[in-house]
Amino acid sequence: MRVLPDSLFGHHSSPDAGSPAEARSEVVLSVTELRKSYPEIVAVERISFDVGRREVVGLLGPNGAGKTTTINMILGVLSPSAGRIRIAGIDLARQRARALARANFAAVYAALPGNLTVRQNLRFFGLVYGIPRLTERVSTLIEQFDLEQLKNTKCGVLSSGEQTRVALAKAVLNQPQLLLLDEPTASLDPSAAQTVRARIRRLATEGECGILWTSHNMYEVEQVCDRVLFLSRGRILLEGDPRRLPSEHGAATLEELFIRLAREPLAEPLERAG
Amino acid sequence: MRARPVAGILLRQFYLIRGSPVRALPMFAWVAIDIVVWGFITRYLNSMSAGRFNYVPSLLGAVLLWDFFTRIMQGVSTAFLEDVWSRNFLNLFATPLTTPEYITGLVITSIGTSVVGLVVMLVLATTVFGLSFFSLGLMLIPFLLVLFSFGIALGILASALVLRLGPASEWLVWPLPALLSPFVGVFYPLSTLPLWMQDVGRLLPPSYVFQGLRTLLAGHALTGASLAIGAALAVLDVALAGYFFTRVFRYAVRTGLLARYSAESVS
Repeated sequence: MRVLPDSLFGHHSSPDAGSPAEARSEVVLSVTELRKSYPEIVAVERISFDVGRREVVGLLGPNGAGKTTTINMILGVLSPSAGRIRIAGIDLARQRARALARANFAAVYAALPGNLTVRQNLRFFGLVYGIPRLTERVSTLIEQFDLEQLKNTKCGVLSSGEQTRVALAKAVLNQPQLLLLDEPTASLDPSAAQTVRARIRRLATEGECGILWTSHNMYEVEQVCDRVLFLSRGRILLEGDPRRLPSEHGAATLEELFIRLAREPLAEPLERAG
Repeated sequence: MRARPVAGILLRQFYLIRGSPVRALPMFAWVAIDIVVWGFITRYLNSMSAGRFNYVPSLLGAVLLWDFFTRIMQGVSTAFLEDVWSRNFLNLFATPLTTPEYITGLVITSIGTSVVGLVVMLVLATTVFGLSFFSLGLMLIPFLLVLFSFGIALGILASALVLRLGPASEWLVWPLPALLSPFVGVFYPLSTLPLWMQDVGRLLPPSYVFQGLRTLLAGHALTGASLAIGAALAVLDVALAGYFFTRVFRYAVRTGLLARYSAESVS
């Protein structure tokens, strides 16, 4: 497999994301030469990237590309075969607890315990993250995420949209410097998804954290992400501004580019376009 | 080790028990049934022996101690299984929580739930069946401590096995105490057993407790040496179980087992 020329790995930012230089100046996630191999397969092959403060970076790729493997390694629940992960400058392998105290996540496949209420879940995870003034923090999040009516409802009986709101509230409990979101809008209707997208965009700008986001919805990627990384077969093939990448690579839309990369990851025309 | 994450694990278990009678009931229901059944058996045996031998302390006392040990073990493994059942590993272990903090939370949970069971058993056994358990005096403390430690060790071992082998393996770990019971001589001296079973029994801390119980009930003096061996074995078992859990956890992180656990059963 050939990797695209370095010239494609430019860093871009959307106009509403603040200064690109500022966003990139404070790196909240640094991934260096990350690799994960199993006896039968290489899931992630020496990828390097970083996420800056107030930056939303989309991690895109077809199923099995290595997105969730990458996120699991950043979350510390899967150890890399090689490479280094630093969260807010802290080496995850050496200082796991310190590094993870500065990160949080929400994923469509990791629902919060359904047998606890919204408030109980937030209190439980708040203690695990060691949040000071927890009662106050939980009340604030319940208000911010419109959970007042649901606070005493068990999470297992909430709708997908409500569960996503709770998961996001939990994901910002510790005011993380790095937020990982694995398909956070996958099970939402268009209206709920739009609300969640707006909320996440605000988290990045107002919360001043960096966000790594995976999604298969190219429309939402264009709406939210400052920069995208195309991952295929464990390698980063392309990186750039999701609004400019399609035209730079001879595609009409981001979705078309995605499909081309997914079906023929290293086609000649694409390389020449770089 | 930090107190707040441990408190988080405890709080979660408290919420679960408070909000679910199904979880609260087993804390005392099964032990109460055991005491009632064995209580009536001892009454019957006492009537048959026409007062020549009092079965209450030897049988009912042994049942009480064995149930306490079983509750401790199940207290740890049930608290762990709550995270298996709710597929909570990814949420839990992507936090700053460390393995020792997590295990400590499980152990303290188990102490709480087991003490409830112990109190229920003591009240029933003493008030209904006349077991004068406290006549054992201060020896009761080391007896309970040895059983407590070994229960913790077995609970941690059971949790590690479920983590390694997958959620379906919980059916393998529930019968662990029953599997050990023939070897530790709950109701009979070790000398009753074949030699190979005696050798196995001597490696198990509870056998020293039940041997000690019978010695005291027979009116003999109990030397601290044999109980000290039981205590040392129990401490060693706790250390080994903790080491085993840590190894399994690292294996689960290395192979992706932990990450997959939340999404799909490994078995």
